[in-house]
Amino acid sequence: MITEFIQFSLTPILIGILAGISCAVPGNFLILKRQALIGDAISHVVLPGIVIAFIFTGVISTIPMLLGAAGAALVAVILIEVIKRLGKIEPGAAMGVVFTGMFALGVLILEQTDTSKVHLDVEHALMGNLESLIWLKAQGWQSLFDLDVLKTLPDELFRIIFVCGFILSLTVIFWRWLKIVTFDEEYARTIGIHSSIINFSLVIITAIAAVAAFESVGSIIVIAMFICPPAAARLMTNKLGIQVIWSIVFAILAAIFGYIIAGYGPLWFGSENSVSAAGMIAVVSGIILLLTCMYGPCRESVGQTKD
Amino acid sequence: MSNTTNTPEIIPSGPALKIDGLTVSYGDKTAIFAVDANFPIASMSAIIGPNGAGKSTLLKAVIGVQPKLSGQIHIFDNPIENNLKKIAYVPQRVSVDWDFPTNVIDVVQMGLYRQVGLLGRMKSKQVSIAMECLDRVGMADLWQKQIGQLSGGQQQRVFLARALAQDAEIYLLDEPFSGVDAVTERAIIDVLKSLKSKNKSVIAVHHDLATVRDYFDYVLMINIKNIAEGLINDTFTNENLQSTYGGKLELTHAEQLFAPKDRATK
Amino acid sequence: MNTFVQAMLFQAGYNVALVTVGAILLGIASGSAGTFLFLRKRALVSDAIAHATLPGVGVAFIIMVWLGGDGRSLLGLLFGSAITALIGLFIIEWIPRRTRLPEDAAIGSVLGVFFGAGIVLLTVIQTMSSGRQAGLESFLLGSTAGMLFQDAVVITIGGFLSILGIWIARRPLTIVAFDKDYAISMGYDIRKIDLLMMGLVLGVTVIGMKLVGLILIVAMLIIPAVTARFWSNRTDKVVVIAGILGGLSGYIGAVLSASAPSLPTGPIIVLIAIVLFVLSLFLAPNSGVFSTFIKHRKTKSYIHRRQGLLTIVKGKNIASSFTRKLLANEGLSGSDGLTDKGRKLVTKILIDENRWIAAKEIYPDKDMNIDYGFTPIEETLTKEELVKLDQYIKSHKFKSKTYDY
Repeated sequence: MITEFIQFSLTPILIGILAGISCAVPGNFLILKRQALIGDAISHVVLPGIVIAFIFTGVISTIPMLLGAAGAALVAVILIEVIKRLGKIEPGAAMGVVFTGMFALGVLILEQTDTSKVHLDVEHALMGNLESLIWLKAQGWQSLFDLDVLKTLPDELFRIIFVCGFILSLTVIFWRWLKIVTFDEEYARTIGIHSSIINFSLVIITAIAAVAAFESVGSIIVIAMFICPPAAARLMTNKLGIQVIWSIVFAILAAIFGYIIAGYGPLWFGSENSVSAAGMIAVVSGIILLLTCMYGPCRESVGQTKD
Repeated sequence: MSNTTNTPEIIPSGPALKIDGLTVSYGDKTAIFAVDANFPIASMSAIIGPNGAGKSTLLKAVIGVQPKLSGQIHIFDNPIENNLKKIAYVPQRVSVDWDFPTNVIDVVQMGLYRQVGLLGRMKSKQVSIAMECLDRVGMADLWQKQIGQLSGGQQQRVFLARALAQDAEIYLLDEPFSGVDAVTERAIIDVLKSLKSKNKSVIAVHHDLATVRDYFDYVLMINIKNIAEGLINDTFTNENLQSTYGGKLELTHAEQLFAPKDRATK
Repeated sequence: MNTFVQAMLFQAGYNVALVTVGAILLGIASGSAGTFLFLRKRALVSDAIAHATLPGVGVAFIIMVWLGGDGRSLLGLLFGSAITALIGLFIIEWIPRRTRLPEDAAIGSVLGVFFGAGIVLLTVIQTMSSGRQAGLESFLLGSTAGMLFQDAVVITIGGFLSILGIWIARRPLTIVAFDKDYAISMGYDIRKIDLLMMGLVLGVTVIGMKLVGLILIVAMLIIPAVTARFWSNRTDKVVVIAGILGGLSGYIGAVLSASAPSLPTGPIIVLIAIVLFVLSLFLAPNSGVFSTFIKHRKTKSYIHRRQGLLTIVKGKNIASSFTRKLLANEGLSGSDGLTDKGRKLVTKILIDENRWIAAKEIYPDKDMNIDYGFTPIEETLTKEELVKLDQYIKSHKFKSKTYDY
């Protein structure tokens, strides 16, 4: 039983948790800056990114695809900014133009390539494949201390550990700058903080989190993790630091319960097949948000909001 | 309190902030056009003009938030670019989201970020500086309060305390008295006058013509372009007000301003 | 090429013609409905609505199978999708009203969570015996390849009804989009009108899902509206232009796709819309990038020229190198001060400066757009007024002369 859990469930749950944290932490600042939907935009352009990477390299392998996705995210962010400034278009509409346009391009190219030979499909990019990230060599808890067996852990786990660590340490290091730029951008500039660099870095971090998470949990579900845990956390406290911690807690809860319900829930109803874990994680995060909307101690505004 | 009633006479000499030919446009609309100004050291200067005259734009262009089309800006005869730390800016109260998850002392400590750097610890010295600045604006009791729970006047005072924490030479304030209660207005003006007595320069966008004479000793009157600039007694005249505000200023209102006895003596 | 011309003329078979008509109607409906959304700064609500349709498709399929059908009736699936999209819409409206969260957070959470629920349901359906060939994935990206005749009829009629609905509701929608406060003062119920707008958007989304897919229908709601904004400042015109642009994208896209089977309908329609957007972004006469850039250069040069000349006249040094270069390049100043041309120009500037001041004095009630020379004073005042003005300046009554010339 334990061995089975470690073989089939431990890594997916860990990856789900780490992907959730990687998205939820930058999500706190995006929500406060009224940019929550940038995560949405970036998640959609992951598809054209991997398609183009495939066209260039001709092989399905992870690293080029991740680079392609990151490149597409970068292009999208720059295009959004350019269209916003050049066309004087409000941010939401500029995002809408860019990500739908790039998504259409991705689908078009995908249909042009011979998909029978390669296993590159839209659904995979959208839905992820959390369930397949298993650790067959594991024999029990003792495997956690066996280097040879640890080496057989899925690469996705190592990548997401790295990305999650990277994002958490940047957040800690740049905490003060992030906080002041999010609160009062103009003032931040007068005390010598380059607001535009911080803003751009935040978007880049968002892109890194989205790309790292998409390969395991799927790109669309990433949006839920960008928004639901931090939004729920926003309703729990009036202190930014505590809000970020709450968002991490909610991301962990969503990942664990989402995975367990997806994997074991159908069994309770007499069905043998499990349902999409990534989808269920998103649903659980939504339920958490719904609960905080109704019962969160700080769910109501305390001060007049801007605009 | 003593310095409010007995302000030492300082004859302004040499500009704290010098602006030459500053032009800013939004698209093809000119917000301010070729504005010159010389705000003196150790004095209180007001920037006045009707709505849409470009007063806030002027401040934003000075601190570099708003890109300028032309013009030079100097602080104590040096280009502003490397001297921004001599400036403390107090933005309009409505420019931020007061529902932001933070409290009073946190906001004031933002004024110390340049001093403590990115990772430097807020030592007890910094904490006491922040508390002292809060005390100067009469807000020390509320240091732990969530910022959203403050009244408009209290919010304005927190912003002023944050600027005080920067310990700058020049204080730029954007409509500091807009929508605040009488107690706050009094508290703010006391703080500003004490800054002046320490040879700091205060420059504020101001909208209440009735108090210009009481509060300030130098004035820049603009309506997109320069209208007039100089010491209050020479410059804040009926004639200049008429050309600044045009038909927008009722004559009766103007006459009230120049009634024989100033309201300041009340 | 032959099939292309045939498709263009609606001659490439009954189904193709119907799909083309459907695409045109859908384009018109989404373009104009999307404009109201865009002008209310809520373009991305459409994204949430679109994603929130997916669980509805899944639930409708499961219910129809339970009831003994094969679950593939388009009308039934569309009905189901409308229900969950409506629930999503309600939540988007409820969250910012009841909590401190802003609308964009509500949009994002509905989008992610509903889509997640949809994916869960799709995996449930895949395990059902009748689910393997359900083809529900086609709702993600749209497909016209295997479209049934009655599906095309549903889309065409739906598109037509949406356009009709927009036409009927155009006045309140326009007023609210143009000026919300004014609409309130006229007694309009903003919340109801917004709901009406969302209802129309929802209708378009549901109808367009089968044709272009739920992700790309968002593009059809946003891109034509944004494009149209470059061509007019008037709300009613923007709506019409967006409708035309949407219809045009739908038409060209459907025709291209019919003549080249490897080009899927949805993406090609969206990419046509993107091409129109990019062209407008750069080339639109008033607000396009090129014309804005030229205007900006003109303004900048004007200001630097004027300030530079005045600085020289005052006997001071020009601090900005841009100004110095500009004056030298235009032959206005040389190594020893102003050239003849420069002197002439500065004289004109000073004359006009005085004229503006004097004009304010003798025509205090005249509504003058005093933009300091961008509009020459000759265009603001009539010839007679100008003569009178110059006489006034020469008379001793004019005291506030700023510069001598």
